[in-house]
Amino acid sequence: MQTSIDKLIKLTQPGQEADAILRKCVHCGFCNATCPTYQLLGDELDGPRGRIYLIKQALEGNAVTRKTQTHLDRCLNCLACETTCPSGVEYHRLLDIGRNWVDQHVQRSAYDNVRRKLLRGILPYKRRFHFLLSLGQMMSFILPDAVKRAIPARQIRSPWPDKQHQRKMLVLDGCVQPSLAPNINTATARVLAALGISLVKADKAGCCGAVSWHLSAPEEARVFMRQNIDAWWPFIEAGIEAIVMTASGCGSVVKEYGAYLADDKNYAQKARRVSELTKDISEILVNEDLSFFNNTIKNIGKPQRVAFHAPCTLQHGQKITGVVETILQQAGYELTHVPDAHLCCGSAGTYSILQKDLSQQLLINKLKSLENDHPDVIVTMNIGCLNHLASGANTKVLHVVELLEKGLRQGKSLN
Amino acid sequence: MSENRNTLSKQFLQFLPDNAVLTHNEDLHPYECDGLSAYRQVPLVVVIPETIEHIVRIVNICRKTNTPIVCRGAGTSVSGGALPLENGVLLSLAKFNRILNIDPVNRLACVQPGVRNLAISQATQSYGLYYAPDPSSQIACSIGGNVAENAGGVHCLKYGLTVHNILQLKIVTIEGELLTLGGSGLDGPGYDLLALLTGSEGMLGIIVEIVVKLLPVPECASVVLAAFDEIEHAGNAVTEIIASGIIPAGLEMMDRHATRAAEEYVHAGYPDNAAAILLCELDGIKEEVSAQISQVKDILLKHRAVQTRIAKDEVERQLLWAGRKGAFPAVVRLAPDYYCMDGTIPRRKLAFVLNRISELSEEYQLAIANVFHAGDGNLHPLILYDANKPGELHRSEELGGKILELCLEVGGTITGEHGVGVEKLNQMCVQFDTLELSQFHAIKHAFDPDELLNPGKAVPSLHRCAELGAMHVHEGKLPFPDIERF
Repeated sequence: MQTSIDKLIKLTQPGQEADAILRKCVHCGFCNATCPTYQLLGDELDGPRGRIYLIKQALEGNAVTRKTQTHLDRCLNCLACETTCPSGVEYHRLLDIGRNWVDQHVQRSAYDNVRRKLLRGILPYKRRFHFLLSLGQMMSFILPDAVKRAIPARQIRSPWPDKQHQRKMLVLDGCVQPSLAPNINTATARVLAALGISLVKADKAGCCGAVSWHLSAPEEARVFMRQNIDAWWPFIEAGIEAIVMTASGCGSVVKEYGAYLADDKNYAQKARRVSELTKDISEILVNEDLSFFNNTIKNIGKPQRVAFHAPCTLQHGQKITGVVETILQQAGYELTHVPDAHLCCGSAGTYSILQKDLSQQLLINKLKSLENDHPDVIVTMNIGCLNHLASGANTKVLHVVELLEKGLRQGKSLN
Repeated sequence: MSENRNTLSKQFLQFLPDNAVLTHNEDLHPYECDGLSAYRQVPLVVVIPETIEHIVRIVNICRKTNTPIVCRGAGTSVSGGALPLENGVLLSLAKFNRILNIDPVNRLACVQPGVRNLAISQATQSYGLYYAPDPSSQIACSIGGNVAENAGGVHCLKYGLTVHNILQLKIVTIEGELLTLGGSGLDGPGYDLLALLTGSEGMLGIIVEIVVKLLPVPECASVVLAAFDEIEHAGNAVTEIIASGIIPAGLEMMDRHATRAAEEYVHAGYPDNAAAILLCELDGIKEEVSAQISQVKDILLKHRAVQTRIAKDEVERQLLWAGRKGAFPAVVRLAPDYYCMDGTIPRRKLAFVLNRISELSEEYQLAIANVFHAGDGNLHPLILYDANKPGELHRSEELGGKILELCLEVGGTITGEHGVGVEKLNQMCVQFDTLELSQFHAIKHAFDPDELLNPGKAVPSLHRCAELGAMHVHEGKLPFPDIERF
């Protein structure tokens, strides 16, 4: 597509990068076909092709107002468009650049500013979030139904396996996951232990930086990124095999550390190394022998019918497709048919809070397709999706490793 | 202009919500082009109605204020069919995206015009049915647009174009009347207005509902890929496959450039050093398919295919087609922009035409990737250029014009399935004479006397042809001698 980026903007690195991305787009419109918001709203401006055009307009020096900002805000960043795009347009990079530019030039409302600052000030901080969540769990009886549904019941943390194995991997504890669902990482440790791998945590690691990054605060995000790199570096030097992500949302960001810190002299190299070592838990499991799980499940009786919700950050962000399905089948589960599996559930990080209406519509559609084939359980790979789906599902929602670990436990009790 | 804009939008806002009437430049720009982004025009107003009642009211307002209307479905046209007009309303049918009824017994579905082509086949899959025409953009293009352009696709070789696969249309006329054309039977009394409307490029009425035919999903479909060192060999193989009496479900060719781009997109394992590859799909019952596959394979080898490969399963078959279907946009991996042509030639002229195209490519110093519905002679040369380099677009347009004229020269036609839009208006002057064009205009006037529906598209004005004729004096004869020159 022809571009004429504003001369001053084109002198900057993001300006050049945006121009190169825009030049790749041929305006074919394939992306609109798989865009969740275009499907709901039917307005060119609420699909990727229109957003690309809005960003192009802005970077070409045309006046931008809250209109452009609103359409960019409505983007889920699910990246279904990138999977669909035949021309290889790196939409997520363009969106980052476009959002930052627009946010620098368009004032948000006071209400919007407060909400966004609160999210940035709470979610990435384990203790603050834990405190507020515990308060919510205790006081849930006075909360309105809509809020109550979004607060999961308190989990009793199961013990971390203590046996030491030769193979060692590091796990990201994350920010909200330890409070919302502490058992995901515990289950991961137990599943990996059964496969002869010790999972270790770096206490000083925290939020991956995604919250700030997606709320147009890239420098703040880079602070989190550097903190994690510092926390992990001694382990990396000691030779850990991989940095395991149990939330695909975090995984898709940590895998980009190398790109996000490319201009940071002190961290560029380390960041690249971290990104190389980062693996989604599914990428680890698929290479292991899972027949042990299969046998266990067989002993329990009829295979459970499982609906898998592939998080966007897994299938579109990290382009990991078919892997979890293989794991579940190898482990002896039966997969149900899920129509429109490429579509976002509406969780999308802070989207479920900032764009509640759209998020809820997407949730309703997603649950309909997940429950369409009457599964015994719904499984997913990301805490955001998990919590969002659970807030409206009639079926139990688990993380894939929780399901595997449950199978292990049931198997043991049978023996 | 802005006064017009305000008066119109006030009237629209009486029955449409704020977000369905766009009037600010910031909102209008992303609507300034369809899939042919080299041509751009910001519309006066964009309206996004949700009901037929809305459309009727919009049409009534436009008729009374003499405002032209351009309809837009998914905005994927590559001939500029949905290019807006400066003084016109752009009517988006994107919200008409519901499948109203599926009738598996009679094998038909009633759909709204904004439904995506592929969505019909997905929705009817559970009944073992599908909608056969499959333009390469089927993931995104809308069925209303398919009807407007009489879209084809890979499988139209066996199953026909859009016109062969629809039974009934509901249209809103410029008078604001709702008409039903066609019916559930295969033939009706009177003129075949359904066929007339199909491919009329939004010039005669606004399509608001479509009844499409559905076909049973074939029991078995298999695709064979063959690589050739010379395009001519591939062309000969195509001719013989058709001559042998086999009707493949699809028979497609890609040259080296197109294959390389498609490979980078889908990683289907297309051979990277072949001058051309052929994809030939056979479908039907198992026995028939396996017999024909071996027959086709023999023909391919006889014509010096250097490699043949049969897709081992459905996943591989889909992958091989995904590359072909994404080949257009994928060529930007080779150059920043492409200009897609759509001519049709007699199959036997293939080698000659491709050689001429490659000479023209040299002459104009612009690379061309060829994607070709080989089975039915529909060529899609993609001229690769860089829109940011001054003059390149103009050169591409000129080269494109030459290619279409070449198609006519060998006894072909200037469009296979993309429609004329704004892109091929000049070549219409070459293909048709004054009398024929006057009849086209007479038909237009019968439906739309004030020329308010997509005016200026599809059929060139006689003056335009006369002006163009002045530049193209062929063998000493002046085309359109009866028309006054300016």
